[in-house]
Amino acid sequence: MAEFPRDVAYTPEHEWYRVQDGTIGVTDHAQRSLGDVVYVELPAVGAVLEAGRPFGTIESVKSVSDLFAPVGGRVAAVNTALADEPERVNREPYGGGWLIRVDPSGEPAGLLDADAYRRLVEGT
Amino acid sequence: MPVPDAPEPLIFERSRPGRRALRLPEIDVPEPSRPEDDLPSGWLRARPPALPEVGEPEVVRHFTRLSRRNFAVDTGMYPLGSCTMKYNPKINDTLAGLDGFAGLHPSAPDALAQGALALLWELEQDLCRLTGMDAFSLQPAAGAHGELVGMLIASAYHRARGDSARRRVVVPDAAHGTNPASAAMAGFEVVEVGTDARGGIDLEQVRAHADGRLAALMLTNPNTLGLFEGEVREVAQVVHQAGGLLYYDGANLNAIVGRARPADMGFDVCHLNLHKTFSTPHGMGGPGAGPVGVTRRLSPYLPGPLVRRRDVPAVAGPRYAWDDPGPESIGRVRALHGNFGVLVRAYAYIRANGGSGLREVSGHAVLAANYLAALLRPWLPASHDRICMHEVVTDGRALAPHGLRALDLCKALLDRGFHAPTMYFPLIVPEALMFEPTETEPREAIEALAAAVGEIVALAERDPEAVRQAPTQTPVGRVDEASAARRPVLRWYPSEGDRAPEG
Repeated sequence: MAEFPRDVAYTPEHEWYRVQDGTIGVTDHAQRSLGDVVYVELPAVGAVLEAGRPFGTIESVKSVSDLFAPVGGRVAAVNTALADEPERVNREPYGGGWLIRVDPSGEPAGLLDADAYRRLVEGT
Repeated sequence: MPVPDAPEPLIFERSRPGRRALRLPEIDVPEPSRPEDDLPSGWLRARPPALPEVGEPEVVRHFTRLSRRNFAVDTGMYPLGSCTMKYNPKINDTLAGLDGFAGLHPSAPDALAQGALALLWELEQDLCRLTGMDAFSLQPAAGAHGELVGMLIASAYHRARGDSARRRVVVPDAAHGTNPASAAMAGFEVVEVGTDARGGIDLEQVRAHADGRLAALMLTNPNTLGLFEGEVREVAQVVHQAGGLLYYDGANLNAIVGRARPADMGFDVCHLNLHKTFSTPHGMGGPGAGPVGVTRRLSPYLPGPLVRRRDVPAVAGPRYAWDDPGPESIGRVRALHGNFGVLVRAYAYIRANGGSGLREVSGHAVLAANYLAALLRPWLPASHDRICMHEVVTDGRALAPHGLRALDLCKALLDRGFHAPTMYFPLIVPEALMFEPTETEPREAIEALAAAVGEIVALAERDPEAVRQAPTQTPVGRVDEASAARRPVLRWYPSEGDRAPEG
C-alpha cells in the first residue's frame, strides 16, 4: 500500500510539501501510478513559482505529467541527483527522490492533510 | 519457418575489411571539383566514416532476416487502439505504383500532370463530401501536422478580423496529446477541461471558458475513450456564441465515416488521418497524410497551392491547374504537393468502397469493437458502461486481483501472435488498455484475441512468474524499458576504447 506520511501536506495533483524546510516532491501514490520514472524536468534555482501552476514535468515509461506548485515562492535548491538517477523518485518519494526546495512567498492554501489525501486517492 | 533464436548482429558487426558488393569503374572523366576543396576545413572529417564493409549476400540476408522478425498487419492482428491499424488493400499499392503516378516529376508542368491533378481534385471533393467541409488542403504530411495547420488557420482567421484577444484553445483532458501540443506550437495558451461521468466533455467547464479569449476548442468525436460525444451540437453552440471555432481531430473518423459529418455537428475546421481511416500504410513512421478541411468562411486561409478545375469548352473535358495561395492563406506548409503516393492510395480506397462501402466500414468497425468489448468483459470491463464506437477502452485495474498489470498482459499477448493494444492511454483511465479491432478483422480473430486474454489471466493465477517473464516466443524478450529510457545507448562503437568523436 502507498505511504501517506503525516509530516507533509498534499496537493490533489499528487505533490507533497514539507512546511518546515520548503521541500516539494511527488507522493508515493503518484510514483506507483506513474511506474518507472525516467526523466524529471525541474526549474533552475532562483526561478519563481506560482501556487497551483506547473513548475516542471515528470516522465515515466507510461506518460509525461506536469508538476504543480503546492505553494508560491522562489526555488532555493534543486535535486540534481535526479538527472542521473530519476529512479530515486520511485525508491524514496519522500526522501532522496525530493524534487525542489522553495523559499515560500506566502502560506500554502488548499492543501490536504494525510487523511484527506488518502481518502482522495483511495476514493473513500 | 521458425525464426532463428540467435540475435541478429548489427550490420557493422558483420563488417570485414575489404569486403564489398559492387565495384565501380575508375572515373575516366575529369572530376569537376572535390568536396574537400569547397568545404571549410573545420567541416571535413579527419578519417573516412566507418561504414560497414560487407558483400551483397550478407546485406540481403541481414535485412531479410530482420524483416522476418517484423510484426505487421500483414502478419497478424494489430488491435492498437487509437491507431486504426486496418488492413491496407494491395490494390492501393498497385495503383500508386503506376508509372503515371510513381514516375511523375512533382514539378512537371500542369499540362503533363492532368491525371494526377484530377485525382487530387477528386480526392478533395470526396473528403468534402465525407466531412461536409467546403474546401480541403492535401498538403499536411501527418495528423499532427494537420492539427498545427488547423490552429494556424484559426489564428489567421481571428487576426484578420482584428480579434487578437483570442489566444486560448480549450482541449478536453481526454484529448490526444498532440492537440495541446499543436495549439501551443501555434502560439495559443492551452486550457484543459474535464470529462464527465459518462465519458464526454464536461459542458459546464466548456461554458466557463466561453468568453472573448476563446480562439478554438479541439474535440475528437468519438473521443479517445471510444465514446460518441452526444452533446457535440451543444458544445458547438457554446463555442460559436462565444466567437470561437470548433476543431475536429479526425483521428477517430473510422467510427463515423459515411454516417455522420463533422461539419453537420458544427465543426469549422478538421484534419483527417488518411493513414488511419483511408487505409494507407503507417506504423514505423509513415509517411502519413493529414489533409485539412474547412468551412467556407475559413477557406481563404487554407495553405496552398490548391488544385483548380476549369471547364474549357474548346477541349473535351475539364482542365486542372495549381493555383497559388491567395494573400490571406497561411502559406505553404510543405514542399511540393504533400505525400502524393499516400493520397493516391487513399483515393483508391475511397473509389473501391464507394459511399455505401464506407458506410459499411464504420458500421463493421463499431460492431467489431463492441463484440470484442463484450467478450473481454469478464476480465477487462470497459472504462464506461456504454455502447462504444470503433474502439474500447478497458480498465486494467480489474487485472490486479489476478496479479497482472496492463503491461504484463500486453507482453503476454505478443507470445500469442497478437500486437499489443494501446496501454496507459487515455491518461484519465488508470491502467488503460485500448483495443481497436477495425472492420477488417474476421469474427474468428476477434474471438481468438479475447480467448488469449482469458488464457493469460488464467495463467497469471496459476503461474504468475510465467506471465512476468513474457514474452518468451519473440526474437527479443522482456526489455528493460526504464533503463532504455534513462540511459539510452544510441550509438555503436567497434570497441570500448574507440569512443572519440570523428574529426
